[in-house]
Amino acid sequence: MPVKHVNNVPVWQRREPLKQYAIWAGWMLGGMLFLLCWKVISDNTIWEFMYDAGTQAGSLIGRMIPPDWSITGSLMVPLWDTINIATVGTALGILIAFPLSFLAARNTTPHPALRAVALAIIVSSRSINALIWAMLLVTIVGPGIFAGMLAIALRSIGFVGKLLYEAIEEIHPTPVEALSSTGAARTQVLAYAVWPQIMPAFAGISVYRWDINIREATTLGLVGAGGIGLQMNAAINNLAWAQVATVFVLIFATVIVSEWVSAKVRHAVI
Amino acid sequence: MLKLTGLSKRYDTGDLALNDINLTVPAGQVMALIGPSGAGKSTLIRCVNRLVEPSTGAIELNDQDITRVRGTKLRQARRQIGMIFQNYALVERLSVMENVLSGRLAYVGFWRSFLRRFPASDIQQAFNLLERVGLQTMFDKRGDALSGGQKQRVGIARALMQNPKLLLVDEPTASLDPKTSRQIMRLICELCREQQLAAIINIHDVVLAQQFVDRVVGLRGGELVFDGDPKDLSPDILTSIYGEEDWSVVDDDNEDAEPPAAASVDIAGAHP
Repeated sequence: MPVKHVNNVPVWQRREPLKQYAIWAGWMLGGMLFLLCWKVISDNTIWEFMYDAGTQAGSLIGRMIPPDWSITGSLMVPLWDTINIATVGTALGILIAFPLSFLAARNTTPHPALRAVALAIIVSSRSINALIWAMLLVTIVGPGIFAGMLAIALRSIGFVGKLLYEAIEEIHPTPVEALSSTGAARTQVLAYAVWPQIMPAFAGISVYRWDINIREATTLGLVGAGGIGLQMNAAINNLAWAQVATVFVLIFATVIVSEWVSAKVRHAVI
Repeated sequence: MLKLTGLSKRYDTGDLALNDINLTVPAGQVMALIGPSGAGKSTLIRCVNRLVEPSTGAIELNDQDITRVRGTKLRQARRQIGMIFQNYALVERLSVMENVLSGRLAYVGFWRSFLRRFPASDIQQAFNLLERVGLQTMFDKRGDALSGGQKQRVGIARALMQNPKLLLVDEPTASLDPKTSRQIMRLICELCREQQLAAIINIHDVVLAQQFVDRVVGLRGGELVFDGDPKDLSPDILTSIYGEEDWSVVDDDNEDAEPPAAASVDIAGAHP
């Protein structure tokens, strides 16, 4: 007990002294490990490059300003492609993730074996970055928008599936009990007791993923999976920094708009 | 109407929640089930509609054995049994009307219920019931916009939408203030008598039970220790159900016309 008696008065402490020392020792070891890692990183850095980093950054930004607005018109189609990749990919991902999350949630799964399969799909989708999915898909279905959409969809399945099945597991069980006791069928209990409880989470997760996907879709062009990333890559390879800046500004504007849309949707549903 | 024979329930943890319960509830009888927390009251009523699976024994509803029925048969048995909950168990994001109509789910198909296209007679019945429980103007409110008493009225209307033969009522007043508790108990008991429903009401408030019910059954440690008229609840019997305690206040309450209000005023006065 973390209580000791001083002059017969009980004095309470949060922990036993030995445990307290052990915790201090743990923090000390953690701090030492941090410093050690810092030293290794420092030893492997070529500091000569760092001395003029400020000038380099300054000159890069100088070459980006002013952005080359003349290419804006030719970027509109790739930008539209990017938005489409994100939107269609998200929709496709949600379509697959939605039933999967009901199979994966402990309280709605029809069978533990199905739950294991659903969880395995969700984990494997999550463990691979959209850019890697895109690289794989470009070799399978060829370069272009379609590969991009599939890449976004495959990555979104795990994200939406995981967050949604966690939301399903967190619902209040009493309405489920109440509707089961009326004699309602399983599907009716899902539609009346489970769905209303997860609907705000579902809307929030979906627009959040769409928002992330807009940003991810801008990079897919780097591996040939369509969208504005292709133009950005070309501009970087040509060292046309003013054009790169134009792409940045357009991506920035698109992301701002998508943030605004997702905030509106979340606000409307909750 | 309802007949339990040798009903026992042992949970996976090894706890024996119910031990050889034999109980018959005739149609139209309102029965209170009293007993300390953990005595098995909730387990008993949840065994009746099979939210909890009994370990041994038999449950007969209208001479039909429903102890082991599954699938459609189980749903048909359940729709004859309405249930009312302590924490109301409404779907808070659905409207009052949708909550009440959800009592009809066992009578309509999935797509009809999904698209909210219930038969006109169901909707008429829902309006009648909402009027009966005093919420006729509230049908379009969302569940989470109601007060506790109003939520419980919606819960009652949902249970009655099933056109049940039996009502299982689990601590209907435990989350309500004393006045609302009385109104809710009165409403439940009136409706049972109007529609000749049998009812099992789990309740902690012995005085409230005595005021409204026809019969009291006492549970202790999963066993039936009392079964009789509410008037026969003597201090000795209460001791046999709940254990040793000074029951004289409860006794006074029985003789006084309006004692609980007075008692609560006293308590309030003691801690200003």
